[in-house]
Amino acid sequence: MPIRIVTTRLEFEGQVYEQRVVLEGDEPPVWDAAADLHVVGKPTPRVDGRERVTGAAQYTADVHLPGMLIGVMLRSPHPHARIVSIDASEAERVPGVRAILHRFNTGDLKGTSAGRPIFAEEALYQGAEVAFVLAETREQAEDALRLIRVEYELLPFVVDPEAAVAPDAPRVNTEQERNTISDEWPKTYERGDVEKALAEADVTVEVTFETPTALHNAMETHGGVASWDGRTLTIWSSTQDVFGVRTQVANALGLQQNQVHVIKHYMGGGFGAKFGAHNSGILAAYSAYTIGRPVRYMLDRTEENLAAGNRPMSRQTYRLGARRDGTLTAIDLRTLGNIGALGGWFSSVGLPAKELYQCENVRSVDVPARTNLGTQASFRAPGVVEGIAGLEVAMDELARALKMDSLELRRKNHAPRYQLIDQPYAVKTLLEAYTEGAERIGWATRDDEQRRYPLGRDGHLRRGVGMASQLWGGDGGPPAQAIAKLLPDGSAVILTGTQDIGTGTRTVLAQIAAEELGLPLDAVRVELGETEFGVFSPPSGGSMTLASVGPAVRMAAVEARKEMIEIVSHLAEAPIDALDVRDGAIINRETGKEMGSVGSFLQQLEGHEITARGMRGPNADGVIVRTFGAQFAEVEVDIGTGDVRVVRIVAVHDCGRIVNPLTFSSQMEGGIIQGLGLALMEQRFVDERLGAVMNPNFGDYKVPTIRDIPEIEIITFNHPNERANTLGSLGAGEPPIIPTPGAIANAVAHALGRPVRRLPLTPDYILNLLNGGE
Amino acid sequence: MEKQLMTFHVNGETQEVAASPTHTLLEVLREELDLTGVKHGCELGQCGACTVLVDGSPMLSCLMLAIEAQECEITTVEGLAQGNTLHPLQQAFAERGAAQCGYCTPGFLLSGAALLAENTHPTRDEIQVALAGNLCRCTGYTKIIEAVELAAERMRSVSEAH
Repeated sequence: MPIRIVTTRLEFEGQVYEQRVVLEGDEPPVWDAAADLHVVGKPTPRVDGRERVTGAAQYTADVHLPGMLIGVMLRSPHPHARIVSIDASEAERVPGVRAILHRFNTGDLKGTSAGRPIFAEEALYQGAEVAFVLAETREQAEDALRLIRVEYELLPFVVDPEAAVAPDAPRVNTEQERNTISDEWPKTYERGDVEKALAEADVTVEVTFETPTALHNAMETHGGVASWDGRTLTIWSSTQDVFGVRTQVANALGLQQNQVHVIKHYMGGGFGAKFGAHNSGILAAYSAYTIGRPVRYMLDRTEENLAAGNRPMSRQTYRLGARRDGTLTAIDLRTLGNIGALGGWFSSVGLPAKELYQCENVRSVDVPARTNLGTQASFRAPGVVEGIAGLEVAMDELARALKMDSLELRRKNHAPRYQLIDQPYAVKTLLEAYTEGAERIGWATRDDEQRRYPLGRDGHLRRGVGMASQLWGGDGGPPAQAIAKLLPDGSAVILTGTQDIGTGTRTVLAQIAAEELGLPLDAVRVELGETEFGVFSPPSGGSMTLASVGPAVRMAAVEARKEMIEIVSHLAEAPIDALDVRDGAIINRETGKEMGSVGSFLQQLEGHEITARGMRGPNADGVIVRTFGAQFAEVEVDIGTGDVRVVRIVAVHDCGRIVNPLTFSSQMEGGIIQGLGLALMEQRFVDERLGAVMNPNFGDYKVPTIRDIPEIEIITFNHPNERANTLGSLGAGEPPIIPTPGAIANAVAHALGRPVRRLPLTPDYILNLLNGGE
Repeated sequence: MEKQLMTFHVNGETQEVAASPTHTLLEVLREELDLTGVKHGCELGQCGACTVLVDGSPMLSCLMLAIEAQECEITTVEGLAQGNTLHPLQQAFAERGAAQCGYCTPGFLLSGAALLAENTHPTRDEIQVALAGNLCRCTGYTKIIEAVELAAERMRSVSEAH
């Protein structure tokens, strides 16, 4: 088939990139609203549900290889120190110890942070890698670790982001003059004239809102198991990007890419922190390669929380200007963020300010602060969760200043077109989401409760209702490939190189393939999570997996079906147009009669397997594809204890066509509960005198438990977004977490009758607010 | 530490293992008996991923020394199914999508099985109390509650039929 090279626009987490990709063949036409689908759209339990409930699913830490060594890491206890010397001689004498790796014996072994050695001269944060011990057992490795003598030269450090960007701040890294990403920062986006618009506005509000540093805490930590057989390096990695791991490992070890085989069949969550091999995976690979023994290195929970990423804090300062009638005339935003020691990008906190509301005069200043703390990582809608919370809290304050209903204010400033470049949205149903959600939560009567119980129910329980909007991309894009194989008995195998990080990817891809192949779901097996037999797929993140890989699987299935029908047409001496395939049987369209199973035809041939390829086509030009939605929260605040209980969430999200309502609702519920965690309890604490994280574990870092969950009502429109891709589907991973914290914050403000200024809304903060504090 | 011979009754079978007396039940089940359905989550007794049943009660295997579990009946997720027939709770978790990434699932199943062994009419509140020590970062818990309720209902109808 002839190939072509096209330039396609890819939007990933708020950034737009142009990419050149190879395409071949033509995608089938989009499944429009009239498409008659039998498998897609049905609530479908996970095809690998059994493995997940029996303990059969093999996660990275479960891989046990003969002769495997166990790795443990000595990490810096100091936030900033030069490693002057390391004496491992005593440690090396511990029985079972096979190697101790550190900066004096690993040369410039590069890690996953911008070309920096894993074992650098300077430890830049508490938890930075100092020495890696490999032994026959973990106990031996841990015994040895305690005997390593390290001489540290303590260096000045800074952990507070505002202090880090002040002129006289200590250098986070002595090699860098400024504590930020590069000399290009801070960066300013501006359209119109914000200062003039603010000066001319009838009403202005200024709001500073702070969100905490949150820790991903996927149940499975980062890590890898690696084995080198003299020819191929195999690595089992808990990763959202097997092809990214292949590139990183090949580069770090100086191997060819065909010598690196990456496997990730099951993983215990990622949430954005697992794009790549992580230094733990590089070290497992490097030590297996140099020692010639298999190696396992999984982070423990404390390491995970010090050295495997976080959602950085944000301090957002808004100035909004409006006319008396509620028309927004100016949005001014300064965002301070803490990228940690080695962060190289800034999350999209400013995106909602630039896009969500119609406004001619917008300025967003991004101030990334480098600090002596663990480096940030993407975390489910990085920046946008925080930015929506800040902007939507500020909008509620503007509504109060205008004495206007806050939902009415949002409707009035609805943006019909994309404003960063003037383009239409393919589909925008935000106004419908407002209407639907408002009706279900009882928005019109939300003040009744407070009129009835001015002091709160029972004199202490105050109810409030609040809402926030959601926007996100999630349209995916090329490159993504798939192979559909039809085996002689009429069963099918779908090969991709994508990852199922827990979202249900295997299941939705099987549904798509079954639909086009005309096979029952159990006749389709989907294989993924391997570089070796898989074909190229993008990282699983940004709510892009279904929208990128799904169309490639669909095209591969369509092509395989074409060949199947052609074969049957020859064998049955029937015209192609007269043949259809449904539920595994060939049907004569004219008579409606079954002519036999697919397998009964294919088995007439001498060992023929049909193999067809599919590729995700380019994204549509001249149009912006987005998911939109809104959440409405009802909360109850105990003004005696400061406890906030979320009673109910109404979540309205438009993700186009829903391939699997069951896994879709799982994503919605899970995202909402993570958002609830950020709103009410999750925050990393740092002792600023020590530069140390005080709560790197589940005992002190609180995540929601089964007792914290509200009643959740999920509404989706389930209309195909025909400009998005041939499925008409958009990703659902990120949308549900985006509006939850903002909706809860606004509901708490409504309950208390006064604005909130930060997350999480912990009891101490609420009581302080009630006592007149800020 | 010198290894010591220990005897365990795991999933209905008696097993002899030579292990260090300092090793936790979690380490011995995973590393010596290859029962990798028992998961590491935190090894601090805070997340519930390593939950197993010891004489029918849910225990955090990361906090229990293996040597203490000798002579006890230990059940891991691998021992919940009867041959190829899943425990009603496993069946309900798979059907209802209560296992998302699945890493916390074995712990939930065992905490849930202990609850249902004593109470096949649990209220929503009783389910939440029984499972409050198990953390899940993916599902948002709603489907886990639904699955426990479904399994309880099925177990009741089976026991009423007999």
